[in-house]
Amino acid sequence: MSERATSALPGTHFKGFVSVQEAGLRGMVTIRCDLASMKLAAALEPLGLAVPAQRKVESAGEMALAWMSPDELLLMLPYDRAEDIAQQLVQSLEGEFATIANVSDARAVFTLEGAGLRDALAKLCPVDFSQIGAGDIRRTRAAQVAAAIWFEAEDRATLICFRSVAQYMFDLLSAAAAPGSEPALYS
Amino acid sequence: MSHRLASGGRLIDRAKPQNFTFNGKKLQGYAGDTLAASLLAQDRMLAGRSFKYHRPRGIVASGAEEPNALVSLGRGDHFEPDILSTTTELFDGLQAESQNHWPSLERDLLAINNLVPQFLTAGFYYKTFLRPRAFWKHVYEPIIRRSAGLGKAPDTQARDPDRYEQIYAFCDVLVIGGGIAGLQAALSAAQTGAAVTLWEQTPHWGGRAPVDGVEVDGKAADEWIKTTFQALETMPNVKLRTRCMGAGVHDHGYVLGYERLCDHQPEAGGPRHRLWRMRAGRVITATGAIERPLSFAGNDVPGVMLASALRDYIVNFAVAPGKRVVVVTNNDDAYRSAIVAKQAGLDVPAIIDPRDRVIGALPDQARALGIEVLEGRAIRKVKGGKRVTGVEICRQDSTGGAVERHIPCDAVAMSGGWSPVVHLWSHCGGKLLWDDAQSCFRPDPARPPLGVDGQGMVLACGAANGHLGEVLGDAHQAGLAAGKATGGAKTPADPARDQVAQLAPMQPIWLMPAMASYDLRMKMWLDFQNDVKVSDIQLAAREGYQSVEHAKRYTTLGMATDQGKLSNINGLAILSDALDQPIPVTGTTTFRPPYTPISFGAIAGEARGALFQPLRRTPLHDWHEAHGADWEPVGQWRRPFTYLRAGESRHDAVNREVTNARQNVALLDASTLGKILVSGPDAPRFMDMLYTNMMNTLKPGKCRYGLMCNENGFLMDDGVVARLEDGSFLVHTTSGGADHVHGWMEDWLQCEWWDWKVHTINLTEQFAQIAVVGPKSRQLLERLGGMDLGREALKFMEWAEGRLGGFDARVFRISFSGELSYEIAVPASQGRAFWDRLMREGADLGIQPYGTEALHILRAEKGFIMIGDETDGTVIPQDLNLTWAISKKKEDFLGKRGMERSAMTDPERWKLVGLETLDGSVLPHGALAITGDKNANGQAVTEGRVTSTYYSANLGRGIAMGLVRHGPERMGEVVTFAGPEGAEIKARIIDPVLIDKEGAKQDV
Repeated sequence: MSERATSALPGTHFKGFVSVQEAGLRGMVTIRCDLASMKLAAALEPLGLAVPAQRKVESAGEMALAWMSPDELLLMLPYDRAEDIAQQLVQSLEGEFATIANVSDARAVFTLEGAGLRDALAKLCPVDFSQIGAGDIRRTRAAQVAAAIWFEAEDRATLICFRSVAQYMFDLLSAAAAPGSEPALYS
Repeated sequence: MSHRLASGGRLIDRAKPQNFTFNGKKLQGYAGDTLAASLLAQDRMLAGRSFKYHRPRGIVASGAEEPNALVSLGRGDHFEPDILSTTTELFDGLQAESQNHWPSLERDLLAINNLVPQFLTAGFYYKTFLRPRAFWKHVYEPIIRRSAGLGKAPDTQARDPDRYEQIYAFCDVLVIGGGIAGLQAALSAAQTGAAVTLWEQTPHWGGRAPVDGVEVDGKAADEWIKTTFQALETMPNVKLRTRCMGAGVHDHGYVLGYERLCDHQPEAGGPRHRLWRMRAGRVITATGAIERPLSFAGNDVPGVMLASALRDYIVNFAVAPGKRVVVVTNNDDAYRSAIVAKQAGLDVPAIIDPRDRVIGALPDQARALGIEVLEGRAIRKVKGGKRVTGVEICRQDSTGGAVERHIPCDAVAMSGGWSPVVHLWSHCGGKLLWDDAQSCFRPDPARPPLGVDGQGMVLACGAANGHLGEVLGDAHQAGLAAGKATGGAKTPADPARDQVAQLAPMQPIWLMPAMASYDLRMKMWLDFQNDVKVSDIQLAAREGYQSVEHAKRYTTLGMATDQGKLSNINGLAILSDALDQPIPVTGTTTFRPPYTPISFGAIAGEARGALFQPLRRTPLHDWHEAHGADWEPVGQWRRPFTYLRAGESRHDAVNREVTNARQNVALLDASTLGKILVSGPDAPRFMDMLYTNMMNTLKPGKCRYGLMCNENGFLMDDGVVARLEDGSFLVHTTSGGADHVHGWMEDWLQCEWWDWKVHTINLTEQFAQIAVVGPKSRQLLERLGGMDLGREALKFMEWAEGRLGGFDARVFRISFSGELSYEIAVPASQGRAFWDRLMREGADLGIQPYGTEALHILRAEKGFIMIGDETDGTVIPQDLNLTWAISKKKEDFLGKRGMERSAMTDPERWKLVGLETLDGSVLPHGALAITGDKNANGQAVTEGRVTSTYYSANLGRGIAMGLVRHGPERMGEVVTFAGPEGAEIKARIIDPVLIDKEGAKQDV
């Protein structure tokens, strides 16, 4: 990684009834392709990954692959590896109608932890979080901006948004997790 | 006088006195009191003044239906007007003020309106203030505004310090109302296995059953309420919430709930209100019923209240609204109030009942307690001004001419029967039936509001469903049906059995006495809050207002903050009588959410201050902020308009920036520009459709400026396209247009050309993009090293990728300023480091950043158009002399057909030219060119307008562009522009390109 590279809000964190931590630089590669493509499955195999089912995330070591739409996946990996892996995928998908893009820098990532995770998110996202468990990802909005939320565990989630609204997202999450505002909806 | 009883009060805790103030006077109540209860306990009978006549008004009700006792709460930043004292829980330190009086509650000078009530009859404003016209604004309106109205608005400088929030929730069955019907419905629904949420607007479960002496399974209701609540609390599929009002039922089972978390404990911290945005499979309304007043003269004198409210105050708060209480009722239920009052030790001299013969369990019990029942009688008139001193009795079947008796008393408890609370049922289209026996509207189960599945999505139960006696069986049925409908498969237990006394039929009484004279009818209030009387409705009917909606607006019946909760049915009945038609033919007015007013804070939720709107920041935002950025909003971004140095005016700063860019080297943060990757085998074909000019011929490594139009041919966006590979393009859009253009592309790909193999990915935020502009820009970039950016190595309108000074860079040699210029994209996370490096390396070259204003001036000097300035959604490329960018070879592109329509090919269309004022001044933005003629309407005939206008420091004068009729054919001609206040500004039509027309500077 270039030492010059900085994430949107390095080190920013908030401790409420859910803890909010800016997660630093994360590698992300967008894959647009027919998800049933054999070539795609073959391209993912060396990474130890399979095409995830709808709203699911497949993980393998330091990589995870999320379902984003019927023809889009998001590969999450260490920031330093994103460009190389993206090039590797471009080569393995040669001849296929597929588009690969390194979007690592377009994003901000927050790690959310705590038993009240769903309660805090329910204040921002029009989502029935009782239907979402570990290994699921949900694309939605948080108040006025787009967000994707990956539940890595029951009480731990990774929230991805656009980099430009990182501060807005952090302020939203902090307000939603403010001590004394627990809504006791899911917990 | 009203007072606190020595014992009793099921909701108060006498061990916890609470201090509060009312109009500055220190008073004391108990924990568990409502503000209204504690005011009555202190003999504060007078609660406010009425809207129009400023009549003294007391507390009429004990809950959300209260029309009179509105107060202002808090001070300064916490000030809030128009709060219902009947639903405000008392807390230590509460500060309340009464409203709508001047100068004081006790002595209100505006009560003079009351002495001449015939002045303010229905439609008075419409009839009186029409002429002379000018008087409305300057005379009538200011006077009316002082005299009418409720609470004051908060001070303009006040800022609400409290937090508010919203929350999304989902359930199978939402039960609204936590009385015994709601509890039973929730229990039955939950026992089917459905996920159930139960909301209760007050802090207490059980509703009014305990006050009314209801027995469940042979025991007092309180006990059943407690055990049922406990049972629900332990069920994992049930969520219970008090102080949460069902505010509105909307389409598709979407229900808003208004939770008041801190109104009763302002020091507790946390959000004050929370707005629940619930999606429910089925909604059960268990919202109870509201008692109706009776229409007799003086029914608004303080001390007259609903019979149910009287017993609520006695039983719940041990507060007696008077020492000597007369009850007036057309039904048996209100006898409970007489019995409760008598048992509490109050004097109850009489029950006045217009029914000719009153028999039944409750009347018998009242008589046994020694209360006289006056059958076939009416209250002719209530005596007293600021409080009740007595009532005059007459025959119901009379004009009220003869006073039979005068009974001294200090409180009157009235009941005209009960109306189910059908508001939530009706919000989304549920229809009503008229119930003749009970004289009320109730939900028509055959015509419920429909959900997505075409089935009824709302079920009413209990009193809200017209069951004014026993309710639990009905509630069980509703719970069971809702549970089953949402997938609950289990069979619930049998419901509990509630027993209530058998009641004799009520008799509808809409006027008391039945043939009351005009002077009596003029003192019979229907709508207490808006001061609408029986005589007003009758007048409206006589004047032809036959539709209930028209009569409502003409008289303002039911249009106050209480939305006619007490007045609605009585008003309809009077109107129906005046129109000589049955009540159901008249129908009701529309029930609209919210059920009672909810706070603006709850509606805004978190969206205030920094969270009001997302503010998009580029990777360089903090640098700009630290270096004097004078911000300008661009979409949701903030961009520096200019960078202010110490002591510098905005004008000075802009002049410095434009000069420097043409002399040295300057930086622009262009990160906000849209960057959309378009890729796939059909990408070239797709690009040719998107742009008016040819894109498939663009070679990889090259850039081309292009125009995008909508289907009508109007110019929508522009920018530079870079061809990355045969099958992929990078589309640059305007800053504000990026999201729209991306959506536009997806719209065509998903809806029209779904079989084209094209992917689009919005990469706008992946890159920080920095324009390096000016004659010394190459010199600066060469210092960084790593890429050959020489004149031949990277020609104008080419791009290259490489490591520039160690940064991963894509360099576009393009120019929006006319200078030698590069736009360099680096990964966003490296943007700040790259910018810092450029500033450092360029220090001795005179490097400076420039803002959007300098960007605009630099492009205007070169005659480049700007989307949003030269275009406004009605401008086509031809208007801007951009025909060179419209392909004639392409069979089709978006907008092609639109451009061929006659209006678009009209030679009279205004076209782009440069404008130069004769005196060198700056033309006003948007100024219109006038011919000097007038049209048929006496308006100036125009022939053009200014689209861009600036002061150019490089040229030392004002420069402008504009659209002018036949403009390009009129070079050198002088046209006249209308300036402010009649001024005329002469400007010469010139070529818009003012600097380096041959383009030599950018091609060095």
